[in-house]
Amino acid sequence: MDIPYTTQLREDTNLFNAKVGIWLFLASEVMLFGALFSSYILLRVGATPGTWPHGLLNIPIGTFNTTVLITSSITVVMAWASLKMGNFGKFKLYQAITLLCALGFLTITTFEYRDKFTHYEVWKKDGTRMTGHIDGTPWFWKTETLKEKKIDSITLHPDAHHYTEPRHRGAAAESEHTGHAEPVRIASADIQRLSAFVPGHSTYFAIYFTLTALHALHVLGGAIVIGYLWGPGSKMWRTDPERFTNRIEVSGLFWHFVDLVWIFLFPVLYLL
Amino acid sequence: MSDAHSHADIAKHVRVYITVFLALLAGTIATVGMYYVHLESVPLTILIAVFIATVKASLVAGFFMHLVSEKKAIYAILVFTAFFFAGLMALTIWSMHDFPVLAGSTTQHPPAAAAVTTHVP
Repeated sequence: MDIPYTTQLREDTNLFNAKVGIWLFLASEVMLFGALFSSYILLRVGATPGTWPHGLLNIPIGTFNTTVLITSSITVVMAWASLKMGNFGKFKLYQAITLLCALGFLTITTFEYRDKFTHYEVWKKDGTRMTGHIDGTPWFWKTETLKEKKIDSITLHPDAHHYTEPRHRGAAAESEHTGHAEPVRIASADIQRLSAFVPGHSTYFAIYFTLTALHALHVLGGAIVIGYLWGPGSKMWRTDPERFTNRIEVSGLFWHFVDLVWIFLFPVLYLL
Repeated sequence: MSDAHSHADIAKHVRVYITVFLALLAGTIATVGMYYVHLESVPLTILIAVFIATVKASLVAGFFMHLVSEKKAIYAILVFTAFFFAGLMALTIWSMHDFPVLAGSTTQHPPAAAAVTTHVP
């Protein structure tokens, strides 16, 4: 039995069914990300003045990732246009670039996460706080880790600025990549709390990881679909080119939505 | 977008796509440039950043997602989406000014502020 309205337009909507389907799905996605954005607004507005971190994310890397996603958006639409013009070879080329962009985006995000998981904040019992990297670049250490591993002291390579100090914007992120102040030895007995920049560190990192990880999952999901249609799924071009072109349009709509979400995420998380 | 295109139509669209792509890159440069210029007014900074992001998002939705020339059924879906999204944001803004003032409390911070101070010693 043939699936109806894969290429033929329905009389009532004047659209093929998959297109209505993807737009309904995207409508639900707007509400999903909308809810998380509203959570971000409430957490940020509700934070004690002066405590919301600034400059902890790397602006050049975020800008590069934005450019990568924008590039992938145009290659997706060019791939669809190529099919409309009957040029399957160009479609393959454009979608290959899209897949490379998706891979690049996810790789960069992974490195960003790794940077956070090895970057620490120490709250000392005398009330001072400092951020930096611990000797040996351990992952996911917390206060309990010091007891569990029977560590008497840690050597911290502190950042030039704490994220709550008034300073030139982006200074902390720049210092993260341009070296540290002199290393300091801190006795475990003097540490009240130790945390990597993980979701449990603060509401800032909780919402940062929630938003960026959910977005990255969307990139991954979109890349899998595009990859399938670029590889084994592309056989349909020979048997039913119109239906295949519609599939590319639908997957492209999802991809553009993912780009659209990032357009808001980038300034909100990295710049403001 | 109409589902029956001539090659000439598509070729015309391709030129638009490239223009939109360049506009998106320019928007990104403007957003990042604004960060480094460091405006004194925080509300103005937020306003400009959100405005640029909205323009970029409109370009993606309008041209890459073909919303400038879509069918009525898609617009109908999006009208409902916009309505509920606006409602969600309105509730968010409303809740920012609607928090309980507890007896004996000397400050009027919303509950989220209290959560931060207890979480971060």
